[in-house]
Amino acid sequence: MVRQGVQTGSWLVGLTGLLAAVVVLSATIGAVPIAWQEVAHIIAAVVPWFSTSAPASHQTIVLQVRLPRIALGAAVGFGLASAGTVMQGFFRNPMADPSIIGVSSGAAVGAVAVIVAPVAIPFGLPIAAFVGAVAAGFGVYLLATQDGRTPVATLLLAGVAIQTFLGAVVSFLLVHAGWELREAVYWLMGHLSDASWDKFGLAAVVSLVCFALLYAFARDLNVLLFGEEDAHALGIEVETTKRILLAVSSIMTAAAVAVAGVIGFVGLIVPHGMRLLVGPDHRILLPTSALAGASFLVAADTVARSLTSPLPVGIVTAFVGAPFFLYLLRTREVTSL
Amino acid sequence: MRIDVDGVHVTLAGSDVLQAVDVSVEAGRLVGLVGPNGAGKTTLLRTITAALDPDDGAVFVGDEDVHGLSSRSASRRLASVPQKTTLDFEFTVREVVEMGRHPHRSRFGGTDDDSAVVDDALERAEVASLADRAVTTLSGGERQRVLLARALAQDAPVLVLDEPTASLDVHHQIRTLGLVRALVDDGRTGIAAIHDLDLAARYCDSLVLVADGRVLAAGPPEAVLTTDRLRDAFGADAVVTQDPVTQTPRVTVRDVDDTTTGGGSPVVDAHVHVVGGTNHVADSLPALADAVAELTVGPVLTGSPDEQVATSLGLDPVSVEPYTTGAEPGVDEASRLGGSAAVVVVPSTVPSGRVPERIRESAERVVEPGPETSPTQLLAAIEALLNRPMQSEELTAD
Repeated sequence: MVRQGVQTGSWLVGLTGLLAAVVVLSATIGAVPIAWQEVAHIIAAVVPWFSTSAPASHQTIVLQVRLPRIALGAAVGFGLASAGTVMQGFFRNPMADPSIIGVSSGAAVGAVAVIVAPVAIPFGLPIAAFVGAVAAGFGVYLLATQDGRTPVATLLLAGVAIQTFLGAVVSFLLVHAGWELREAVYWLMGHLSDASWDKFGLAAVVSLVCFALLYAFARDLNVLLFGEEDAHALGIEVETTKRILLAVSSIMTAAAVAVAGVIGFVGLIVPHGMRLLVGPDHRILLPTSALAGASFLVAADTVARSLTSPLPVGIVTAFVGAPFFLYLLRTREVTSL
Repeated sequence: MRIDVDGVHVTLAGSDVLQAVDVSVEAGRLVGLVGPNGAGKTTLLRTITAALDPDDGAVFVGDEDVHGLSSRSASRRLASVPQKTTLDFEFTVREVVEMGRHPHRSRFGGTDDDSAVVDDALERAEVASLADRAVTTLSGGERQRVLLARALAQDAPVLVLDEPTASLDVHHQIRTLGLVRALVDDGRTGIAAIHDLDLAARYCDSLVLVADGRVLAAGPPEAVLTTDRLRDAFGADAVVTQDPVTQTPRVTVRDVDDTTTGGGSPVVDAHVHVVGGTNHVADSLPALADAVAELTVGPVLTGSPDEQVATSLGLDPVSVEPYTTGAEPGVDEASRLGGSAAVVVVPSTVPSGRVPERIRESAERVVEPGPETSPTQLLAAIEALLNRPMQSEELTAD
């Protein structure tokens, strides 16, 4: 017990340190190179009692241009990786990801509809994406529920069906899009270039509240890995717990997708990789995956925006994620499917 | 804490899996569920643990209807060892066993106080040496013992076990059931589906024979495991004897070739009397019982395999106490039966002496099978003899 507590502690300290380092390094990179010591000073100066001698232009670049995007990336990565961890545990399948029950497809319909709509609605895009995501997740849940029970396999298949259907709706909207087609496709690829402190605030609050709720169920998630019948025999109200986990992780994913579009592979790769490192216990897997997800997305977005022609970060995560995933498949004996 | 299954009816996918099942397990007793594959044993256990809701009827554990309890309070009453479980994630054995403590933990509470319970469970299920191994690396039998340890850590008054010995080696079968027996003797209540009838009879206070979704019989092992009931339940011809070591019922299922017995109609339509001994005719009796219209046996020694097999076949043998001679009334009775039989079988291995001699004298026709004579050869000899009047035939091995 004690040994395990120490182990958990050192993982969390290490990953928090890694996140801080990635954030600072990322803020040094851009059209105007700024030394990391200067970045650290500028960030520290946000706290009263500290001050910085850095030029005002550098302060503006770091605090108003780079950091909002970095912070948003961290919040989105944190949320996607947490939701992915929970979905993999929930479906007892390490290949599950947060969009598996149609949440991302629902968000895509909402977002693309707003983008191609002839009238502009203030804050319409994130709201429509969020509503679309939650509605799709809830719809899948209702479709898969019969007599108060929601079999996981049915949920998975209903998710696949709804994703296909909503994919068709998105294609339909794209066919009829005019000049907005480029913007819509860019959104669908997942990007962080519209970052702002407001969006970060929204994503961070939702992510942290949802994370706290999910973490309270870490032990239940462990027991659920044995299957629902065993979980019931070990004192878990299976259907209630499933409903809570599904709702919270859907909301978490919806918030992330609403502010950043459909960024794939973060919720799949990060929990999968962390499980190899720290084991399947959600009490340590959930927080470590969340922190690693934040670092991963910040790093990926730094690559995406520093290329000669900047890319949506979704392309980078898929580019890095898919080969890594195949590497895992080939090197590890996949017995747990 | 007692268990009462009260008129339970379960329908799964449109077919009746359990029909009007009543089972009672007294507190501090171990009841074995036996029956053929697909009889509904697992379904009954799942209904008891409230993993399944019955369409009709109720299950009471103590004085509470388990289907009305929350999962948490049910899991504090019942600990279950499932036949199989998903153990695909790389938890260590200790972590898996710790999960048995889940019903006793609050969502935000500490975990250190119950490590002694976990240690004890690991120790008792003999998996302490595996504590740091990942469950994914264990063999089927080791996994089964880990699940038993998890149930022990749950520390519930009622244990529900589904085939707890199915993938265990002979040694661990005995150790596992011995442990369950010890837990029950300490005051717990147990119900276990056990496919091995001999083990079930050996460790359980009583057995419930289930077939086709109904309870065929319930009671002490020797009352439940009878040739007739085993035929009804399993469709198999079995002989029940007493295990000489454990003194509990032992079921031997016969390898019956249906073509030789002609589907139940006797091949030898006459009265045949068999002179027994201790273990002289036990191997031939089942085949003779199938093929002979009227079969009598005697004398056999009380408590011997000859007597047990004859009794199990419903032959009502004439028993005599060991170390007695012809004055015994049983020998008179056996001589009388031998005299009225068309053929008397006197195995050549039966020690010669006054008893077999008296019966041989009173017999019309005598067959003397040797130690190597197979039941089929013996039957052929009886048939041949019946077609040739008043002769004696000595059989020797081919």
